[in-house]
Amino acid sequence: MSSLKYIEIQNVAQTFKTKKGVFPALRDINLTVAKGEFVTLIGHSGCGKSTLLNLIAGLTMPTAGALLCANREIAGPGPERAVVFQNHSLLPWLTCFENVYLGVERVFGAASKSTGAPSENKAQLMARTDAALAMVGLTAAAQKRPGEISGGMKQRVGIARALAMEPKVLLMDEPFGALDALTRAKLQDELLEIVARTQSTVVMVTHDVDEAVLLSDRIVMLTNGPAATIGEVLSVDLPRPRNRVALADSAQYLGYRKAVIDFLYTRQAHVEKTAA
Amino acid sequence: MVSAVFHSPLAAASESIAMKKEATHPDSTRASGSKTLDAPAPTVTSATPPAAARPAYDWRGLVMVVLPPLLGLGLLIGIWAIVSISTASSIPSPWETWKQAVVLFSDPFYRKGPNDQGVGWNVLMSLERVAVGFGLAAAVGIPAGFAIGRFEFLGRMFNPLISLLRPVSPLAWLPIGLMVFKGANPAAIWTIFICSIWPMLINTAVGVQRVPQDYMNVAKVLNLSEWKIVTKILFPAVLPYMLTGVRLAVGTAWLVIVAAEMLTGGVGIGFWVWDEWNNLNVKNIIIAIFVIGIVGLILEYALIKVATAFTFEEVKS
Repeated sequence: MSSLKYIEIQNVAQTFKTKKGVFPALRDINLTVAKGEFVTLIGHSGCGKSTLLNLIAGLTMPTAGALLCANREIAGPGPERAVVFQNHSLLPWLTCFENVYLGVERVFGAASKSTGAPSENKAQLMARTDAALAMVGLTAAAQKRPGEISGGMKQRVGIARALAMEPKVLLMDEPFGALDALTRAKLQDELLEIVARTQSTVVMVTHDVDEAVLLSDRIVMLTNGPAATIGEVLSVDLPRPRNRVALADSAQYLGYRKAVIDFLYTRQAHVEKTAA
Repeated sequence: MVSAVFHSPLAAASESIAMKKEATHPDSTRASGSKTLDAPAPTVTSATPPAAARPAYDWRGLVMVVLPPLLGLGLLIGIWAIVSISTASSIPSPWETWKQAVVLFSDPFYRKGPNDQGVGWNVLMSLERVAVGFGLAAAVGIPAGFAIGRFEFLGRMFNPLISLLRPVSPLAWLPIGLMVFKGANPAAIWTIFICSIWPMLINTAVGVQRVPQDYMNVAKVLNLSEWKIVTKILFPAVLPYMLTGVRLAVGTAWLVIVAAEMLTGGVGIGFWVWDEWNNLNVKNIIIAIFVIGIVGLILEYALIKVATAFTFEEVKS
């Protein structure tokens, strides 16, 4: 059963100290993610989706509760939990190749203590980098700087950088949020294909209902903040591989879509309304 | 004090030069213009009227670039000439000064004893002092700025000291320098060191503090070593700020060296100004003012060129 529970989030709460006092961001978060599962976190802005993802990434520490990854407490960020940031966060002074290489070098350039794998030589590291860029279809842009490529390409480099590290978990914080609808759809399809091929475990933050239904095995819906918690978890049992065109008029798909919209706009209608 | 924007006083001038060059070959531009238009669509005859209109040069743009600076310069010389006439030539006229400058620059590197050397030597001596003092300040200030920006403890420790010492005129440190180093030259270098360390230190520290959190998150997630963080993230991210600090520091140093040399004597452009005042040679003083201005302009321009070469596109979120 332990393989089913890959990430465990137990009674996690997170508060922030602000000038106005203590702000409770998250409370009573309990969630397990199985190996190879694709989970999306959805909710209104400000509900703490990204906070939860940062907790899993280890970028912040919870105020209460515990987070486990592969039965080990998450004590800080690590390359086994790669993050794709919302604004791609590529280093503008490095080429796409160098951006990806930076992570590859760190993970495979030194002998691994946990798996006992020996350190790889430069040619092997460069081959890994090339392979990652090829996977996202950016071989031609490898020697370009991020400033010279489009937003969608930058985001793909970000995904390549994360995948090249062969992470156990891929954490994505609204990875396609800043892109136009067509580019977003293309990258979603690519992501579906890559995830199916690499059998990655993915936790993704999104505010796009279609994106959540199309990509996820489960959709975790968060209530409105402050002190947000998990309101509902929806299992999406659509067969894979999924095709967005075929799903567009599938009753099952529309049913899931309706369930998420119902949660977001009826039961968790916007904060200002409930506060009034 | 802190800015990553580079305004170049020479940018407009170089632009005008580029435009002039273009303007001197109107035939070549016209020829290439018509060639490119004819090549893709040789059969379309109706396209010829706009093609004929296109090579017409934008003279108005050229006038706007060239005329105002020339008028500004003309205004300066005009006021100078009026002042010269109204003071009965106790301030020499522009033409007199020009003749003197031609004589002076025909032999800038002569040596007739320690207090009578060519203007070239004076400028070079001043530049040497600035280079040494500034180099020492960079060697201390930039690493210190990194440390202060990176570690909050050090920042809190040194910020009050910096706030206290920074507003002090660098010349106030000259007596301390004279006392400690017991020599005019090291004291002048010490003054340059003090005045140029602050902009570099503060800009570097602020640059480190302003490294986008995204980049630091990348460093955390990739689990980069401190060495990789410094070389791959901090240093490139801070470079534009640092170079702004360098530019401000060199500008200040060039301002201060003139004053410092007036006080310490020896050989140097500041001393030269003071010496010529004692000789009541006003023409040479005016020439010195132009020399100081032009050298400062060249330093500034060179550093802006360096800075723009190392400024990268910021991440747009």
